[in-house]
Amino acid sequence: MVSVYQLEGATGAWEVVIGLEVHAQVTSEAKLFSGASTKFGAEPNANVSLVDAAMPGMLPVPNRECIRQAVRTGMAIEAEINRWSRFDRKNYFYADLPQGYQISQLYHPLVGEGVVAIEPLERDGPGEAKKVRVERIHVEQDAGKLMHDQHPTRSYVDLNRSGVALMEIVSRPDMRSPAEAGAYIRKLRAILRYVGSCDGNMEEGSMRADVNVSVRRVGTEELGTRTETKNVNSVRFVMAAIEHEARRQIAVIEDGGKVVQETRLFDPDKGVTRSMRSKEDAHDYRYFPDPDLLPLELDEAFIAECRESLPELPDAKRDRYVDALGLTPYAADVLTADVETARWFEALLVDAAAAQNAPQEAVAKAAANWVTSDLFGALNRLGREIGDSPVSPRQGAALLALVADGTLSGSLAKQVFEVMLETGEDPAAIVEARGLKQTSDTGAIEAEIAKIMAANADKVAEYRSGKDKLFGFFVGQTMRAMGGKANPAVVNEVLKKALDG
Amino acid sequence: MTDKSLTDLGIAAIRDGVKAGAFTAREVAEAHVAAVADARALNAFLVETPDRALAAADAADADRAAGTLKPLSGVPLGIKDLFCTEGVETTAASGILKGFTPTYESTITAKLFAAGAGMLGKLNLDQFAMGSSNETSAFGNVISPWRRGDGGNAPMAPGGSSGGSSAAVAARLCPGATGTDTGGSIRQPAAFTGIAGIKPTYGRCSRWGVIAFASSLDQAGPMARDVRDCAIMLEAMAGFDAKDATSLDLPVPHWEANLSGDLKGKRVGVPAEYRVDGMPAEIEALWRRGEEYLRDAGAEIVPVSLPHTAHALPTYYIIAPAEASSNLARYDGVRYGLRDLPDGANLQEMYAATRAAGFGAEVRRRIMIGTYVLSAGFYDAYYTKAQKVRALIARDFERAFGACDVILTPTAPSAAFALGEKMADPLAMYLNDVFTVPSSLAGLPAMSVPAGLDGQGLPLGLQIIGRPFDEQGVLNAGLAIEQRAGFVARPEKWW
Repeated sequence: MVSVYQLEGATGAWEVVIGLEVHAQVTSEAKLFSGASTKFGAEPNANVSLVDAAMPGMLPVPNRECIRQAVRTGMAIEAEINRWSRFDRKNYFYADLPQGYQISQLYHPLVGEGVVAIEPLERDGPGEAKKVRVERIHVEQDAGKLMHDQHPTRSYVDLNRSGVALMEIVSRPDMRSPAEAGAYIRKLRAILRYVGSCDGNMEEGSMRADVNVSVRRVGTEELGTRTETKNVNSVRFVMAAIEHEARRQIAVIEDGGKVVQETRLFDPDKGVTRSMRSKEDAHDYRYFPDPDLLPLELDEAFIAECRESLPELPDAKRDRYVDALGLTPYAADVLTADVETARWFEALLVDAAAAQNAPQEAVAKAAANWVTSDLFGALNRLGREIGDSPVSPRQGAALLALVADGTLSGSLAKQVFEVMLETGEDPAAIVEARGLKQTSDTGAIEAEIAKIMAANADKVAEYRSGKDKLFGFFVGQTMRAMGGKANPAVVNEVLKKALDG
Repeated sequence: MTDKSLTDLGIAAIRDGVKAGAFTAREVAEAHVAAVADARALNAFLVETPDRALAAADAADADRAAGTLKPLSGVPLGIKDLFCTEGVETTAASGILKGFTPTYESTITAKLFAAGAGMLGKLNLDQFAMGSSNETSAFGNVISPWRRGDGGNAPMAPGGSSGGSSAAVAARLCPGATGTDTGGSIRQPAAFTGIAGIKPTYGRCSRWGVIAFASSLDQAGPMARDVRDCAIMLEAMAGFDAKDATSLDLPVPHWEANLSGDLKGKRVGVPAEYRVDGMPAEIEALWRRGEEYLRDAGAEIVPVSLPHTAHALPTYYIIAPAEASSNLARYDGVRYGLRDLPDGANLQEMYAATRAAGFGAEVRRRIMIGTYVLSAGFYDAYYTKAQKVRALIARDFERAFGACDVILTPTAPSAAFALGEKMADPLAMYLNDVFTVPSSLAGLPAMSVPAGLDGQGLPLGLQIIGRPFDEQGVLNAGLAIEQRAGFVARPEKWW
């Protein structure tokens, strides 16, 4: 039974219909139509070419790498790649738009229909796994940025972002809950990061979404009037904007009003959306084919190169982890959700297999457990991403090998790992220097056990009269006496013999 | 040799004379610098750059001494002020760009200078190249060096938009000048002033650094006193440029070396549809003479049909303004050029004030026409339809070229008119382009060569239109006419 998201209004239950237009900044050294750098965080107007500033007589020339990345992205969502596409001008005046038009693709986009598979998690359980259809991906220029806080009466313009390549990824209105929208964006971001076509960094604005929301009564088919909430820049805000906007629309309709088709803005501080402009004063963008650019025609060699350069994608990787490596679906999900994690895990697998002279399948489970519990726990505590983990995959593999060959017990391994996190040293060196090696020396263990039994004669008697639970007490005492270094299996064996003896 | 006769020399003669040591490049430059300074009454130059011309001449003389002469060493040129020139004010003859000095050099001027040419200055034009009489310049009309033979001394239009270029070349201020042609802006002024000019195939000359009017039509080309000089200059201007996505990636042919007025085996098409109502008898007679010249050169004259000709002008006046309305959006007062910021004005009000003050009436008219035809609800009826008709016009030519190698037409439906005669009626002005616009829409190479005088003693031109990339065929037919027309008339100096 899957969980279905509905909103209860005063007059009945409502369904929410959501479509997303995600703007993803293409990862490339240079802008879409100029050679200027795309580096984030540069001084204002440091990355501006004559073309980006729309100086007289300047002309756009398409950047092959940007087109390539958009094509690879299309392939990653199993979309149609259009061999013939064209750039159009979207005309409007604004101070952050030097040309007075944005070069985009309205009539003939580069990428056609594709799909993104999602497995949403609703508040009270798993939602319906579904495929969200992507209508199109087109490439277009980003605008510059206005800075209103530099001067009391003037605005400043920073054109660093002007002309940077964006992919606009337009979904069909296939989502029915904030959770589905969240799952869609997360999945899309994962795919983009796997492909390497966008860093997916929503805080730096390299990914942002326009959220189209409408509501209808449960059981009806006709779409309601939609609003578009612009430039929402986190998954959480997208979900909050949908929730708020849906409730607002329901209230409007139930009060006898009509939802106005308009553009809205999300205020993350208050968690509400606000009207920006209505359809009446919407721009007439006067789209027409850009006469400075020839149609974009892709040859088969280019297409083939794009396809061959695609990495294994998250869904395929997850299936392989379950089928070939024997991981649990949960572990496979967690390890493939982000490309950095998957890369780290696969490096660990290679090193662990080498260190233990065993096939990857043989070491995968232990490696997955260690990453998902120990490593993630530590990173969480340290507030670090896996990309800047203080422990390298090679060091992790060395630690796993020491556990596998019995040098370290589980609890000793945890101790060693803590030291690794602190010092960055290799586990073998830590074991050596601190004498953390596990001991299976039965003589020493027997000697300690004898002392403990002598000191706790009453408990020995109780145990022997049938109170087996005391066995754990003796294990604990023995381990403590051995400084935690005794091999637990040996302790168990010797202890059992001594007590039962 | 006197200074005066040096300004009578064309590009080939200067190049060859400098090479032979008949005179120095410095002497040539000084003669032209003086002629430019002496001709301010024509208002042909917006900026004079004598230092640049002299420096290039000195470099040419040094190159001669070193044995490293370049194709245009010693040739001083005029540059239409639509070409951005590094360190020299470039305005497109518009108030909105007054004071704008580019930090970059257009590909075309960079190539000309690299070929050894010097720059005498920046030439006046119709504002943003929009006009057919050079009367829309924000910096005053260019006055043609020609006068009617009626003794009336009415100042005549030099044609447009390359009116500064045509006047300067005709008045012997420079042996050659750059022009740009969107719907006839090289050919019509050439015809009006008795000089030659060629618009090459769209894409031959880079548009990088040329201030845009209508991107899908704009094409630079040379204007000079004869066909050979046009061929020499075009060779230096043409060539693939990676900075212009519409640039043709083809080698530049040796047009000058392959010039030949022998047209044996060639067929010349004469399109019936160019015989327009109200065309003066003199133009009709000139056209027939043109046929005779070409037949005499060995060509066969064949009738051809270009059925969509009548739709070319309306099509052009939809597409060109549509593109212009968008191309000119960048002149907004934010980054460069004029900014008119009335007290308390917001951004929208600054745009409105700046653009109202900076653009002339004709530019504003075309921006409004272009904005209208691209508007929601009108786009299909105007722009989409115009694109379809444009394709039909191109197909007309394609079919006609199945039956002929080049097409012969008059360049303009009349000789030059007096300044002010047509400014009140934009439609009458637009009709000037009726013969030049179709080949622009089809992107074809076309040139105007002087072929005679009208009854008033004003020059008339004939137009040759060629197949795509066949500038050679166009130049050769132009040469055949030139060799037979014996056009030696020149304006009498009154300035």
